[in-house]
Amino acid sequence: MSQSILVAVAVAYLLLLFAVAWLVERGSGRVSRLTGSSIVYTLSLAVYCSSWTFNGGVGKASQTGLDFLPIYLGPTLAFCLGPIMIRRMLRISHANRITSIADLIGARFGKSGGLAALVTIITVIGLVPYIALQLKSISVGFSALSAGFGPAQPASEPMLTDGALWAAVVLTIFAMLFGSRSISPDEHHPGMVVAVALESLLKLVCLTAIGLFVGYGLFNGFGDLFSQAATIPDIQAVFQEAPANYGYNWIAMTFLAFAAIFCLPRQFQVMVVENTDERHLDRALWLFPLYLLAINLFVLPIAIAGRIMLPVDTDPDNLVLSLPLAAGHPELALIAFLGGLSASASMVVVETTALSLMVCNDVVMPALLRIRSLGLENKPDLTRLLLWVRRLVMVVVMALGYFYMRHDSAPFALVSIGLMSFVAVAQFAPAILGGLFWRGASKAGAFAGITTGFLVWFYTLLIPSFSRSGALGEEFIAHGLFGIELLKPYALFGLEGLDPVTHSTFWTMLANIGAFFFVSLFVRQSPVERARAAMFLGVADPDEEARFWRRTALVPDLMSLTARFLGREKAVAAYASFARTRGVDPATAVQADAETVLFYERLLAGVIGAASARVLVGSIVEEESLGVDEMMRILDETSRVIEANRQLEEKSQALEAATTELKAANARLQVLDRLKDDFVVTVNHELRTPLASIRAFSEILRDNPDLPTDERLDFLRIVVTESERLTRLINQLLDLSKIEATGSMPADKASVDLAAVVRESAASMQQVFAQSRVRLAIKIDADPAFVVGDHDRLVQVVINLLGNAAKFSPPGRGKALLALRRAGEHLELSVTDNGPGIRTEDREVVFERFRQLGDTMSDKPQGAGLGLAISQRIVAQHGGRIWVEGGRDGGAVFKVRLKAAHTKATAAGRVRVPAG
Amino acid sequence: MAASVLIADDDASISRALRFLMQREGHNVRTAADGEQALAAIEGERPDVILLDLMMPKGNGYEICRKLRADRRYDGIRIVMLTAKGGEADQRVGMDLGADAYISKPFAIAEVVACVRAVLACGQERPATRQHAARAAAGIANP
Repeated sequence: MSQSILVAVAVAYLLLLFAVAWLVERGSGRVSRLTGSSIVYTLSLAVYCSSWTFNGGVGKASQTGLDFLPIYLGPTLAFCLGPIMIRRMLRISHANRITSIADLIGARFGKSGGLAALVTIITVIGLVPYIALQLKSISVGFSALSAGFGPAQPASEPMLTDGALWAAVVLTIFAMLFGSRSISPDEHHPGMVVAVALESLLKLVCLTAIGLFVGYGLFNGFGDLFSQAATIPDIQAVFQEAPANYGYNWIAMTFLAFAAIFCLPRQFQVMVVENTDERHLDRALWLFPLYLLAINLFVLPIAIAGRIMLPVDTDPDNLVLSLPLAAGHPELALIAFLGGLSASASMVVVETTALSLMVCNDVVMPALLRIRSLGLENKPDLTRLLLWVRRLVMVVVMALGYFYMRHDSAPFALVSIGLMSFVAVAQFAPAILGGLFWRGASKAGAFAGITTGFLVWFYTLLIPSFSRSGALGEEFIAHGLFGIELLKPYALFGLEGLDPVTHSTFWTMLANIGAFFFVSLFVRQSPVERARAAMFLGVADPDEEARFWRRTALVPDLMSLTARFLGREKAVAAYASFARTRGVDPATAVQADAETVLFYERLLAGVIGAASARVLVGSIVEEESLGVDEMMRILDETSRVIEANRQLEEKSQALEAATTELKAANARLQVLDRLKDDFVVTVNHELRTPLASIRAFSEILRDNPDLPTDERLDFLRIVVTESERLTRLINQLLDLSKIEATGSMPADKASVDLAAVVRESAASMQQVFAQSRVRLAIKIDADPAFVVGDHDRLVQVVINLLGNAAKFSPPGRGKALLALRRAGEHLELSVTDNGPGIRTEDREVVFERFRQLGDTMSDKPQGAGLGLAISQRIVAQHGGRIWVEGGRDGGAVFKVRLKAAHTKATAAGRVRVPAG
Repeated sequence: MAASVLIADDDASISRALRFLMQREGHNVRTAADGEQALAAIEGERPDVILLDLMMPKGNGYEICRKLRADRRYDGIRIVMLTAKGGEADQRVGMDLGADAYISKPFAIAEVVACVRAVLACGQERPATRQHAARAAAGIANP
């Protein structure tokens, strides 16, 4: 393919990105509406997938099989923890206008400028190889395409015709235009974000296109591809023979990738700084892992196809390009190249932007401000200075990357370089996570952890990388520093057999976490640190920070200071809106209280970092710093208030629960009360009615001595009958109240044979049935049938049921059946009659007290209506159940089910059964 | 003078006692054992006095009382309520519905006899006075 076409396409593509970013920044048209979208936010997160994924992942897969996967498992894991971890990071960063990793760490550990500077320097050193890797990828792709198909060529051309150089220049310009366009305290770059999102979309589409081409263009579907691969022993070996300590590699890789998600400056930039709405995270939490899955879908097929079709000496990192070229499809190769270019470009632009911010805010500006002879504090407008510092830093970073690439990276695969950077930035993970979740983490601990971790990284990864590429002797790697075997950089203290990255990850993290933890334990936190820690862990409200410093200043002083970095217009507008929320007239307020000072400090922090802002504000503020004692007092007070608040909340919840319970109990009581009232009314009625007859006839007999004998006897008979009715009623009431009073079974219970109960009851009811002219049949299928209970009470139940059967069966042709049978673990008694039956809706109420069904009233039944109520209570006390069903020929079937006693051995003896 | 008396009570014994008393007074007596029977009897032949039990199946005393008082055809029928409830509040409800007298069970037979005589004697007077007289006869204090 001719080089000019290639250049033209690449330039056209980059111009398209420029145009999109420019339209968004101008805030016009549909394009600008994209900025507030959670999809764009998610896609911008995919800046994670640099050319390392696009080209390097395939290369890695072709060499070591599934080894490329942990790099995507890590972020997925991080996003699973996202609701806790990432959300907290977002909230804290927004509240404090934190704009970089260095800022975050510095702000957490007492607004430490030194720590922020250390983090920045380590980041730059750690990331230069990573940027170099992207440039290398572009350069390799460019030369491969322009030279047609061929083995990989190291970047050995003269600089001016080197594609990487031109790419570096164009990308630097892009970063300058959209990553440092203006100064604002929130550091949002909507144009850059949308362009990055677009690139993320593009690289996904390109890789998918190549994947489909490989599957269906070069092979007959993926089944064909994999079955062909299975016949080649080389490829089989890759997937079947795991290298030594494979598992450790996976763990290390997954951890590194997990840390990278929040330690890489570009990830922090897109995920935290560019986030405009916390709700966007909700969608990203599941969509981003999905994107990672999608972009990795075709990595393996492409890698295997490369192994099958291309010569062994093909550069594995270039398979995505080489495959379509070898198949005679240069246009597809061009698509692949654009995908790779997208991946590199977005990474480089965002990374340099983030780095320039860090270097400017945390290294250059604090240094410049300290040099009195520059007289910066007297300059009215520093915004231009800030911008140019940033742009200069971008150029320097890019240049470092470029030269590293030309002189160092040649013998390395893309993935190894990337991993080296990952290990470097992973050094921040303990400090960040510790800072977010461990209140005791101290500045000294963070310092110690990061420094030792970095030094170990330097020794075990960076120096050997120089020596391997010839800058240092091979001697160093083979035999260690000064020839001491224990100091071999790839096998420190005799830890052999791990690959360099895993080895380094292990030692750096051991040193880092160990130092961080122990130094934090033993070095006391300063009051400022303590306050910041409380704030980061959500113990103290961010706005309470003002309480920790009694600082006063004059508003005009603060205003002119801020205006120098932010521009007067923005500074005035910001203060005006702040004053409005506090109900202060911005025009007249002169004396700034602690809160106002804090507002200005945060405003400045967004522009030049928390540490520098603190120094600057401190220079014009009268600070009455609190002593340790006072600080402790305030903190104690705060935590006491919080504790009291929590207790209060708990108590009120308990009260609420108690109220609900009381209400329910009250409702129950009201129901019971009403039932009791009903009961009393009914008893009253039932007692008065027979009494009325007795009195009336007694008086009649008294007043009428001349009554005929027949009538007199008749009346006397009524008096006797009604007296009997009254007696029966009183007896039953007593019975009922006794049963209800005990609430449970009588204390001494024995084994009772239900068969005997049945026989006894039937015998004693013989007379009644004879009088009612009803035939009673008995059917006993379980004999003996033991239950635990009270013999007399059970007889009472059966007699009552038999009495009802006798009462309601039609005289003359009445038939009743008393049956006993075993039903599993239970014994079932039933009394069947052929009376009128009981309607379905009445089958429950018949067991209520005084419930005599209306239909039978005309032919007045004997009894008080308490029989079934008493029976039901007796059965319930025996732990059984009584109910009524419809009989086959229209009558009623009353059934009683009781639990059978376990052994017959207990039959004779008395057993105690717990009450209730 | 003979009057037509309807006894509506679901308790056969009480019904029997009341019938004896009213017959001895020289009245024509019919009985009903529930609300439906009572209404049917009233439709069939208009009674002068009803001895009405409050708690009966198929239409209790209150309902019958309300029906009779709402119907112009039955103007002038005396209603004596009988109840085994015996509550002061129930009495008030019965009187408000237009009963002429209210008797609690168990009762003295002299009370029933006097009460029926009183409500029959008040036949010619205005309802308000009638009620007053009936109350006085039944020994109920004025509110």
